[in-house]
Amino acid sequence: MSSTHDHVANDEPSLEVAPRREVSPPVQFVTPEGEVTALGEQHGIDLDLARQLYRHMSLARRLDQEALALQRQGELGLWLQCWGQEAAQVGSILALRESDYVFPSYREHAAALVRGISPTELLSQWRGATHAGWDPTSRNLHFYSLVLGTQTLHATGYAMGAVLDGGEHVVAAYFGDGAASQGDVSEAFNWAAARDLPVLFICQNNQWAISTPTSLQYRTPVHERAAGFGLRSFHVDGNDALAVHAVTAQAADIVRRGQGPALVEAVTFRMAGHSTSDDPTKYRTAEEFAAWEARDPLTRLRTLLEHRDTEPSWFSALSAEADELGVEVRRACRAIEAPKLDDLFDHAYAHPHSLVDVERLTHREFVDSLEVAG
Amino acid sequence: MTSLDATPTAGATPPGTKTTTMTLGKALNAGLRRAMQDDDHVVLLGEDVGALGGVFRITEGLQDEFGAQRVVDAPLAESAIVGAAIGLALRGYRPVCEIQFDGFIYPAFDQIVSQLAKMRARSGGRVTLPVVIRVPVGGGIGAVEHHSESNEAYFAHTAGLRVVSCADPGDSYRLIRAAIASDDPVIFYEPKRRYWDKGPVDLDAAPASLDRARVLREGRDVTLVAHGPTVKTALAAAEAATEDGFSVGVVDLRTISPLDMDTLMRCAETTGRMVVVHEASTFLGIGAEIAAAITEACFHVLEAPVLRVGSYNLPYPPAKVEDDFLPDVDRVLDAVDRALKF
Repeated sequence: MSSTHDHVANDEPSLEVAPRREVSPPVQFVTPEGEVTALGEQHGIDLDLARQLYRHMSLARRLDQEALALQRQGELGLWLQCWGQEAAQVGSILALRESDYVFPSYREHAAALVRGISPTELLSQWRGATHAGWDPTSRNLHFYSLVLGTQTLHATGYAMGAVLDGGEHVVAAYFGDGAASQGDVSEAFNWAAARDLPVLFICQNNQWAISTPTSLQYRTPVHERAAGFGLRSFHVDGNDALAVHAVTAQAADIVRRGQGPALVEAVTFRMAGHSTSDDPTKYRTAEEFAAWEARDPLTRLRTLLEHRDTEPSWFSALSAEADELGVEVRRACRAIEAPKLDDLFDHAYAHPHSLVDVERLTHREFVDSLEVAG
Repeated sequence: MTSLDATPTAGATPPGTKTTTMTLGKALNAGLRRAMQDDDHVVLLGEDVGALGGVFRITEGLQDEFGAQRVVDAPLAESAIVGAAIGLALRGYRPVCEIQFDGFIYPAFDQIVSQLAKMRARSGGRVTLPVVIRVPVGGGIGAVEHHSESNEAYFAHTAGLRVVSCADPGDSYRLIRAAIASDDPVIFYEPKRRYWDKGPVDLDAAPASLDRARVLREGRDVTLVAHGPTVKTALAAAEAATEDGFSVGVVDLRTISPLDMDTLMRCAETTGRMVVVHEASTFLGIGAEIAAAITEACFHVLEAPVLRVGSYNLPYPPAKVEDDFLPDVDRVLDAVDRALKF
């Protein structure tokens, strides 16, 4: 936009639509040092909520570390760490009602734990035992989507159905800064806005899409883009759990009241590589990592709680709970069994399909022939 | 000769049943209306399906009757149409999408192939996605580029989808209702150059089965296998062959996934010669699959290789050339001759 202006001669009036110049800083309630901001004081700090957030975030980080270790031991085929994004996930999902249907992407382990997904359910996909670890209707949490952004359209359609059913609804979809480049995400923004659908889009901007930084991904930030599509738009410090919670609650309230879709962009950082197959030292600096480590979402919340008289015994009890979770994660992972190929023939179609029937029989006969041959 | 079709729902209209004559397009319209009357969870989505009734008018009048919440004019975004249909199905609805033309389905390819087709299997059978994607298909109407494609092989190759191809008004009415009633996702092909063909429709007929071919004409010498727009071509070729003294049968596949191999095998055993006719290019097409499957299943009864008649392995040509590009009666008869002389 500015380059176009540069080419306009001084005496010639610009005919271009006025570019939007306001850059709204992300909402922050608690600084990385654990100090409450003026906006945070104005909103009020709920220490019970802060402890609830901190507990879920601590447990999620512990699960994440255990899963990484299990992958390194060969127990998991792959793991995608949520390290660094705990506040963005826990803060947002705790601001929703349990009846709100949520479509995650594939790194929302912290959000999944909050919704009661068990370690077995969470790890089975990454152990290669299933493509979807849990029954989505039981916790109103859809299973992971690995093709980026596709779930934003599923959320849009789900919201259409919710409107047909009547009543007040929020349908949430998580995605990331990389996925925001997918056409599906723009199509979802557009259709949800055109029909005032009750969709809450939650973008965790973790700065990196594998090795591609946001500077190469887009020029206009996701929250500005969403506003352009006609969504109500929010921009929050994604490492500040209390701010994420408050912003998501406000956005969800707008959506629930039928005032159309909204987007929350939570600015955070993917502390680990994209996956356990990635090597982030090949594309980003130690300085960048250190700068974000200083903004760690757990540290700042712990500092706040310690300053506001949370007893050391509360933290040690939580530490013991995390240890128990670690034991359970290791036990659950090793207990996950591979499915039988024979069973998979039952799941591709709802109604009998003659080719599947023939191939199931062929497979059984082949297996039986091997057993007879001994 | 007795009918080779064992399915009780696939036969001709029983004597005495009152039928109406209508075009294939109107029969589909009637089938959609009936499905929407029977189940208020049936929702239509597509470009221009509302006030206009779709560019081929297949949904004409339905928005007036069922409202804009159930007949939804979508933005011009095919991936969004299919993606939203998946979400609607997850919420308990039975969405029927219209893709305006065959060549416009590709922006939705991921949502169809990676999402719609696989979600049930991924979920271990816990998730059911009763989504129908209606696609006006094929050439022969003098259309511009991307409006005459035959892309059924892409979707038939994808586990988790059913692929249906309708050929005449009466059967289209029964097949569209069966597709909507199916708990599996269905790619439903409508032969656009046959939309205006008239035929008898029994509005009280039960929905068709989605796994049975129809034997439309019995033969002793050669079996022609066709689907969608080429069924009429095959019937004309079979009729012409009688003038040369040959008895040529015609099978309308109706369903491409699954293929009704039982019916195809019985026909192969009867005639020993089979020619598959479709508009799509023959390379890696449905005809190739049928030829391979029939050869594997009943090699010993074949008098000749299973032959294929389709279009050439070229991008669909400009309209002025399409009559030479598409399989016609002469090319089918040529293949019949080759099968007989083998």
